Amino acid sequence: MAKSASRTASKAGAQVTPQELIQYYRDMLLIRRFEEKAGQLYGMGLIGGFCHLYIGQEAVVVGMQAAAEVQDSVITSYRDHGHMLACGMDPKGVMAELTGRRGGYSKGKGGSMHMFSREKKFYGGHGIVAAQVPIGTGLGFAHKYSEDNGVNMAYFGDGALNQGQVYESFNMAALWKLPVVYVIENNQYAMGTSVARSAAGLKLCDRGAAYGIPGQQVDGMDVVKVKEAAALALAHARSGEGPFILEMNTYRYRGHSMSDPAKYRTKEEVAKMRQEHDPIDRLRERLLAEKVIDEAGLKNLDREIKDIVSMATEFAQSSPEPDPSELWTDVLVDA
Amino acid sequence: MPTEILMPALSPTMTEGKLAKWLKNAGDAVKAGDILAEIETDKATMEVEAVDEGILDKILVEAGTENVAVNAPIAILRGEDEAAGAAPAKSAAPKAEAPKADTPAAVPQAPTIVQQQLAAEPEYTGPTATHTVREALRDAMAEEMRRDPKVFLMGEEVAEYQGAYKVSQGLLEEFGPKRVIDTPITEHGFAGLAVGAAFGGLRPIVEFMTFNFAMQAIDHIINSAAKTLYMSGGQMGCPIVFRGPNGAASRVAAQHSQCYASWYAHVPGLKVVSPYSAADAKGLMKSAIRDPNPVIFLENEILYGQSFEVPTDPEFIVPIGKARVVRPGKHVTITAFSKMVAVALAAADILAKDGIEAEVIDLRTIRPLDTATIIGSVKKTNRLVTVEEGWAFSGIGSEIASVMMEQAFDDLDAPVLRVSGADVPLPYAANLEKLALPQPEWVVDAAKRVCYR
Repeated sequence: MAKSASRTASKAGAQVTPQELIQYYRDMLLIRRFEEKAGQLYGMGLIGGFCHLYIGQEAVVVGMQAAAEVQDSVITSYRDHGHMLACGMDPKGVMAELTGRRGGYSKGKGGSMHMFSREKKFYGGHGIVAAQVPIGTGLGFAHKYSEDNGVNMAYFGDGALNQGQVYESFNMAALWKLPVVYVIENNQYAMGTSVARSAAGLKLCDRGAAYGIPGQQVDGMDVVKVKEAAALALAHARSGEGPFILEMNTYRYRGHSMSDPAKYRTKEEVAKMRQEHDPIDRLRERLLAEKVIDEAGLKNLDREIKDIVSMATEFAQSSPEPDPSELWTDVLVDA
Repeated sequence: MPTEILMPALSPTMTEGKLAKWLKNAGDAVKAGDILAEIETDKATMEVEAVDEGILDKILVEAGTENVAVNAPIAILRGEDEAAGAAPAKSAAPKAEAPKADTPAAVPQAPTIVQQQLAAEPEYTGPTATHTVREALRDAMAEEMRRDPKVFLMGEEVAEYQGAYKVSQGLLEEFGPKRVIDTPITEHGFAGLAVGAAFGGLRPIVEFMTFNFAMQAIDHIINSAAKTLYMSGGQMGCPIVFRGPNGAASRVAAQHSQCYASWYAHVPGLKVVSPYSAADAKGLMKSAIRDPNPVIFLENEILYGQSFEVPTDPEFIVPIGKARVVRPGKHVTITAFSKMVAVALAAADILAKDGIEAEVIDLRTIRPLDTATIIGSVKKTNRLVTVEEGWAFSGIGSEIASVMMEQAFDDLDAPVLRVSGADVPLPYAANLEKLALPQPEWVVDAAKRVCYR
């Protein structure tokens, strides 16, 4: 398995066009600016409850989506804003859900951790650690059952990887050759517990070995490398070979959630990651070095993204609260 | 225009904090994401990041200041090409108050109970055949699988073994392994997988070998299947049936002998049915499979082999949410569901010999509960005894007694009495097991007490 995987990998490493690079930069920048704004709105009391920011991990979902096809589905945990934006969901609807307004994707009834878009094939947004893994496996089951040539991308963290239901899913997905790509977003910390303190064994991507599921470690801070690995994994799953595991080595700059004092790691560690591995800065340097775009072009992109986030913020503050009658709706579908 | 940087909140409950340290000085250029300052509360230290680029024009709150109110301006940021010292825009101040919904502040009332909107169930007068509950359930699944290719069955031993209790006998042969799927012993995993398949547009039937094992999967039943429709603002329906035997079988001890009716009935977003007869088992199973919501279908191992007359018309269905008066009477109402209907009927036979005519109601559906039928009966009998195999505490009888207090208080001539399983884990020994499960005599005794006889 691993051998054939690496053969395909070199093939999938084909050229990325300048337009694609600019698109990745733009998509990552949108997530970064959106999340910074969400953090600010949280600080202002406009967003309540839990709010888990994706800052630092942008290359993972943007690289994955770059290789995905339109029929593919996505599911993830509660750190989900970046995934929604990368799936093409409207930043206005996402931000308005964060502020709990009727213009939000869940009409204000779900919040940060619970948004969905059937149209964009984004299936949430799940608040119970690892619950999205069997659900995503079931979406893979539905892809296969319906013969729609789709693959599910099920994202989860290094913390979720220790839940039993992940292995129940691995077993069934491998047994039934379900089209699922398991994306472990290894951001090094399960809340405040480092991988070294919570995960026995060797590489996380090898956790599927007992089930015969091939796995690969990827530099999750490099969007192009993510895209190449994603193309290989998706092709494997789509061909009927069964699931594939990608371990994305990434890093979240912010706390686990907004109220995280982050005493479990040093400031120097965070600063070093930001300075040496930031996925957006790295791509920016490459774009300039390869003369794909100039400073003025980047400035235009910055402004465009800033406008999108400003509009989303304005919408999220001006959209009304849900009507009180909404309390009683959507409990059951009318039979 | 310059903008104010405000004191952020670390949590929704924080009102003030200490500005511990500035990491940038007035006049410094900053980029979005740069750390400007550190703030402290009694719980944590947090960094304040710039959300915009510009020049830090002026620091308004010095490092070390305690009790800085959330949302107080702490610094001013100006654009690179703007003059220093200009008055900041107030537009950056938070609109902390959301635009309010334009309806009155009164708490909206819950919508009218569902079953009152249901059309009366037509009396079936067509041909019938004698079938066991086991066959009726199998026939219902087979008919619905023929009707809708998206319906499939998964669970432990449902395919090649033909079902641990033979409920799925013959289905693999007719529908093949794509639609009748043996799972590994992995309840949490396959329940979650089936929920995902339902989100993905299919209509799964999940068999639990018994509902005792569904406790391994209850997170997916409740958090994933029942709540997602609401959390998605109505976008993510989950059409799924979780079915299997529930309650005590015979001599299998505490871990394999529990009634889960009140557990699932507690949860908005689920429907819960628990039929007694084979006709109801078939008609309700067909309704459950067609229902766009998650349905918990509580069967009973001892009933599987019992025979009843079952309508042969493949379009015969029983609506979810309707109880049925299975024996009319005028002196006392007895509610029961599943196997306890037989206990209630046996009690009614005994009571009749003493001149007490009991009206027995088979609830059939637990949620939504058909309170209208129970109240209608109590208006006539003025007395009520509830029977269930599960424990009394927070049980179905407790719920019915509460509804009677709220909605039929003036119609009651005696307190509602609950007959339930003994408040112990079910024992193994034959004599103790019998002592723990409701017997017809217990119901007779309760009925006589509410009749003051």
